[in-house]
Amino acid sequence: MLSTRDLVLCALFAALLGGLGMAPPIPLGFLPVPITAQTLGVMLAGTILGARRGGIAALLFVLLVAAGLPLLAGGRGGIGALMGPTGGFVLAWPVAAFITGWLAERFATTANPIRLFAVSVLGGILVVYAGGIPWLWLVAGLPIDKAVFGSLAFVPGDLIKAGIAAVAASGVRRAGILPIHA
Amino acid sequence: MLGLYLHRESVIHRLPAGVKLGGLLLVTMVVLALPGAWGALAAGFIGAAALVTARLPAGRVLAELRTPVVMLTLLFGFQSLLAGGGWEETAVAIARFAALILLATLVTLTTRVMDMVDLFEWLFGLLRPVGVNPAKMALMLALTIRFIPLLGDQVREVRMAQRARGVERNIAALFVPLLVKILTMADDLTAALEARGYDPADSGTKETGTKNSTQR
Amino acid sequence: MIELRSVTHAYGDRPVLHDLSLRLAERRIAILGGNGSGKSTLARLLNGLIVPTSGTVAVDSLDTRTDGRAVRQRVGFVFQNPDTQIVYPTVEEDLAFGLKARKLPKDEIARRVAGALERYGLDRYRHQPAHQMSGGEKQLLAIAGVLVLDPAYVIFDEPTTLLDLRNRRKVIELLRGLPQTVIVVTHDLDMVKDFDRALVLEDGRIVADGPPAETVPAYIERLG
Repeated sequence: MLSTRDLVLCALFAALLGGLGMAPPIPLGFLPVPITAQTLGVMLAGTILGARRGGIAALLFVLLVAAGLPLLAGGRGGIGALMGPTGGFVLAWPVAAFITGWLAERFATTANPIRLFAVSVLGGILVVYAGGIPWLWLVAGLPIDKAVFGSLAFVPGDLIKAGIAAVAASGVRRAGILPIHA
Repeated sequence: MLGLYLHRESVIHRLPAGVKLGGLLLVTMVVLALPGAWGALAAGFIGAAALVTARLPAGRVLAELRTPVVMLTLLFGFQSLLAGGGWEETAVAIARFAALILLATLVTLTTRVMDMVDLFEWLFGLLRPVGVNPAKMALMLALTIRFIPLLGDQVREVRMAQRARGVERNIAALFVPLLVKILTMADDLTAALEARGYDPADSGTKETGTKNSTQR
Repeated sequence: MIELRSVTHAYGDRPVLHDLSLRLAERRIAILGGNGSGKSTLARLLNGLIVPTSGTVAVDSLDTRTDGRAVRQRVGFVFQNPDTQIVYPTVEEDLAFGLKARKLPKDEIARRVAGALERYGLDRYRHQPAHQMSGGEKQLLAIAGVLVLDPAYVIFDEPTTLLDLRNRRKVIELLRGLPQTVIVVTHDLDMVKDFDRALVLEDGRIVADGPPAETVPAYIERLG
């Protein structure tokens, strides 16, 4: 059963995802595409809250986007935005946060940033692409090899985010505020 | 938080959220089942009719459609160029998809966020047998809506601090205080909820108290 | 009356309160003390938000350990930061929150919310998102959210610390007019001048207890 504190943590991390969407994207000189920090929030929800609460946090966020709040980067929202060609990348977030958390509960329970990075890459990048790419293929009819190739442009940015998420999660763990099974 | 909702006096605005969402699902399935052009035509026709009935400004609605349509055109254009397929087929595919997104956008523009949230709460009620607690989901959604602006401010502060230092390289160090702040906020908020009598154990274990209407 | 019998409290192995015995029966009581003196812990013990490591806290003979829910119905609690006390997106919904948690009938909830909106001057904010309000208005809403529950006791944990002068005066004024028993944890010595009793806490022990005219100077001396 979810305790009051669990409910609050899920809601605050869902709100963090929303807050990250409101900030202007971070331009990184050497990358053609500015990165939006929202998948960073997905990774953090998983590593800091664990599988169940992290998954619920991302689910709350997706539900509020569907309900019509303009929370996706660029102020997009509504069911239409989720149905669009890139909708799969967002719909995958609850699963991604859950798997990131599941992996973190097993393989990254300390402040070790390398393990946290690995977990963030597997859950926060691989799972998101595993949702987004087939969606591009099925919904927008893009051939799967093209969909994979096109998505590769975002991998460097996502790797940077996984790095930031790992270092930040490691910092929180070292501060000893919230053990993952709390 | 008003979201993307655009208020007008219309039949469509007054329809319960559940009817609109169900209708969208149904139409989407029919359109995907119909052969190419017919599906697009049917969805486009329904969309145009709904747009007029809902008295929404066409410009605003089409603006919502711009991003996905541009993206689709690029994707399909790229594809037909490579595959050497006919342009008619491409146009039909884009039209069909754009029409569906139009319908979804109309549902969003004519339905209040809180009505949609109430509908979700009702839908979660159906999942009660598998252990979902609709009252808790509803509370979490409300808390999230309440705290999005606050965390938006916090994130902006982080970005400002980042810019003030003139470096982009130590972003992680700026996220730690933000996360620590969120976790302390969680403690305060938990105490505040419990001080006002909230008890997670009695929120909807057997009560049927979740409003099953979608209007408020 | 709230009664503490040999209350000791520790967080893990860090003791915060040492063997306190108190009977709080006056209408206006202040708890003074520096940072880390244990005053916030004491406040949280009084409505059962936390239960003591040993000893008992009883509100009108209800033990906070066993009758937590009944105690919280009797004792309202206002925190320092209004931002983390407002839990619903709009003013009206937030006022209804505690009443809903108490499972009151819908029409009574509506009636009491309407009453509170009017009494605390929040009527014009009714449908407004809470995040658009100023700090003072938010604190007013947070206080209203507790008072709408009609508690017999209200505990305030540093209610004026984050407010500007004008809003501070407003909150003090509101506090003065309350019919309830009021217990305030504060650094704000001005506010407690006309209180019936002021306790001074230091390192988890009571070092002064009596009318503010006597204990406030003692407190100032200790600070010096």
